[in-house]
Amino acid sequence: MTLIDTRQPPEQASRKVADYKPSLLQSEEHGLCPGCGEPVAIRVVLEVIEELGLAQNNIAVLGHGCYGGFIMLLDVDSTLCLHGRAPATATGIKRMRPDTAVWTLQGDGDMVNEGLAEILHATARGENITCILLNNGVFGDTGGQMTAASVIGQRTKNSIDGRTADDHGYPIAIAELVASLQGSAYVARCSVHNAASIAQTRRCVRKAFQRQTEGQGLSLVEILTMCPTGWFVAPEAGTDYLMESLGKTYPLGEIKDRAAAPAATAE
Amino acid sequence: MSLTLFEGSEAIAEAAIAAGLRFYAGYPMSPATELLEHLARKLPASGGTCINAATEIEGVNMAMGAAAAGFRAATGSCGQGLALMQEAIAESALNETPLVVFNMARNQQDYFQATRGGGWGDYRTIALAPKDLPEAVELTQLAFHLADLYRVPVIVLGDNLLARTQVSVDVGRRDFGPLPPKDWQLDGTSGGSGKSRQIWTWGAGKHNTPGPGPSVHWARIAEKFDRIAETEMRWEEGFVEDAETVVVAFGTGGKFVEHVVHDLRGQGHRIGFFRPVTLWPFPGEALERATANARRVLVFELNAGQMIDDVRLNVRDRRIVRPIGGVSFDSSGLNLGPLMDATVIRQRILDTLEGATL
Ligand SMILES: Cc1ncc(C[n+]2csc(CCOP(=O)(O)OP(=O)(O)O)c2C)c(N)n1
Ligand code: SF4
Ligand SMILES: [Mg+2]
Repeated sequence: MTLIDTRQPPEQASRKVADYKPSLLQSEEHGLCPGCGEPVAIRVVLEVIEELGLAQNNIAVLGHGCYGGFIMLLDVDSTLCLHGRAPATATGIKRMRPDTAVWTLQGDGDMVNEGLAEILHATARGENITCILLNNGVFGDTGGQMTAASVIGQRTKNSIDGRTADDHGYPIAIAELVASLQGSAYVARCSVHNAASIAQTRRCVRKAFQRQTEGQGLSLVEILTMCPTGWFVAPEAGTDYLMESLGKTYPLGEIKDRAAAPAATAE
Repeated sequence: MSLTLFEGSEAIAEAAIAAGLRFYAGYPMSPATELLEHLARKLPASGGTCINAATEIEGVNMAMGAAAAGFRAATGSCGQGLALMQEAIAESALNETPLVVFNMARNQQDYFQATRGGGWGDYRTIALAPKDLPEAVELTQLAFHLADLYRVPVIVLGDNLLARTQVSVDVGRRDFGPLPPKDWQLDGTSGGSGKSRQIWTWGAGKHNTPGPGPSVHWARIAEKFDRIAETEMRWEEGFVEDAETVVVAFGTGGKFVEHVVHDLRGQGHRIGFFRPVTLWPFPGEALERATANARRVLVFELNAGQMIDDVRLNVRDRRIVRPIGGVSFDSSGLNLGPLMDATVIRQRILDTLEGATL
């Protein structure tokens, strides 16, 4: 395996998200690493919001992680809140603006470490918000340390020989945890490692926002994303590494769907 | 004006609603609990939302969200609960969301916490300390006004006595003048316009509408707090013109001191009192003037000596400054301990007047 020197930022100029720019991005020039999965996932979310006609009726709450840099690129009314607290901040916004689609963008460090209480309690309350989790199994932003979602065997900067259950305990599968609570309406785990998985992510994100519009409760889409820099692998190796590591511990698919109640028929 | 008999917490809840409070999230901690209980009942009835937060951290971040959406929002607790909120209080100063925080304190050991804060950054927090319930009603409403006017966090620092005694007050809406429009509020409508809004501590703005960046943003906020420090000082004083002794006290303690000083004046003592209403900004120049002719300044506070730092900063070595308070606590219900007692305060003042060191 080729190890990447992460003491310096990579030399490459920032890359475009893709040739096509969703209308809810002010620029496609982002500062994330080559091979990063986060811009792909964010683009999917923005496209879905646009498709659902929510472009002028949504508010984003971003947590602290590499994705936070998108606060300058999103053409969406947004706030970058305190580390871990996005579901709480979003609760305050949604309760005041119940007709606006309110969504959060968090990483695994943000949601499963610092903000575990906030996501679980927001779910338990059945807050009508959509939570997007970008799970790369590391604190990418701080340089690749172990999170509560890092999988057994995963090498990180503070589990350098691989995470062991003896030393570090077991990873938390947040999506299943959220699905187990009554207040969740829709929970899915997706990925962005290939075209098919991106298409599936789009379908799930769409349903998640639809459940919010229907007032069904909290929806969560966990998206497994590549973090080649934090994993110390080459950018092109990220997709395979993702499915060999996180992909084996966290099965993809819809975990829960409290689909729309059938419309009452007139008598 | 219509007077109604209220328990303190209920009057403060009513005053907050009259001021336009729309969102409250709190977590029980005595003596702030009753405020949460009253708001849980009254706020939904007036079209607002009250949430029983899972933690103080969750509560304050919810309130910050509601404030970011453009609505008057508050949270409340005391002591350690306020300690848990410090990160968010600082954040609301730096991202400029107007946030009101009630600290229904147990006694007076919250002075440093309220005036120095424990969050990160070059920020200050306006701290309003009422002496009694009518003033608490007034300052509660003022807190929302100042929060909106400057886009800053404001702490209302009450205590057990305020929260739990019954007084007849007028809780009706006060008018403090016009406010700028909330053209920064997140309402979700500007997506895709190229000019979407942003609330962020870093002040970096968006690609199309760049902000000044963190250094300039934080420096501007620091300047804003300098302006607030100049314009928002509030205090009350009495008999200071010819006073040889000036007693400084805040909150409920100030009311006790005022009473004792009246009494001692009646007996011919040349004594006055000074009470900062804003603990931050501390009315330092006013204190300097009030103590210009005094020989000694006595500081009464129910803690080991916190406000005395601000008194010394302003009086410096021109006058003798002596503490006459101290740590005072009991678990009998009001928590104020033996010191919050007019007879005790009077004796402590007299002791220092007769003391050889003076
Ligand atoms: C209270 C607080 N603690 C720590 C940090 C430092 N910090 C910034 S981003 C981050 C974690 C990022 O991890 P994750 O949410 O997984 O996002 P990623 O960068 O992996 O996308 C941390 C710990 C912070 N900003 N605030
Ligand atoms: S460190 Fe990881 S998550 Fe962060 S930008 Fe680089 S690849 Fe993406
Ligand atoms: Mg991560």
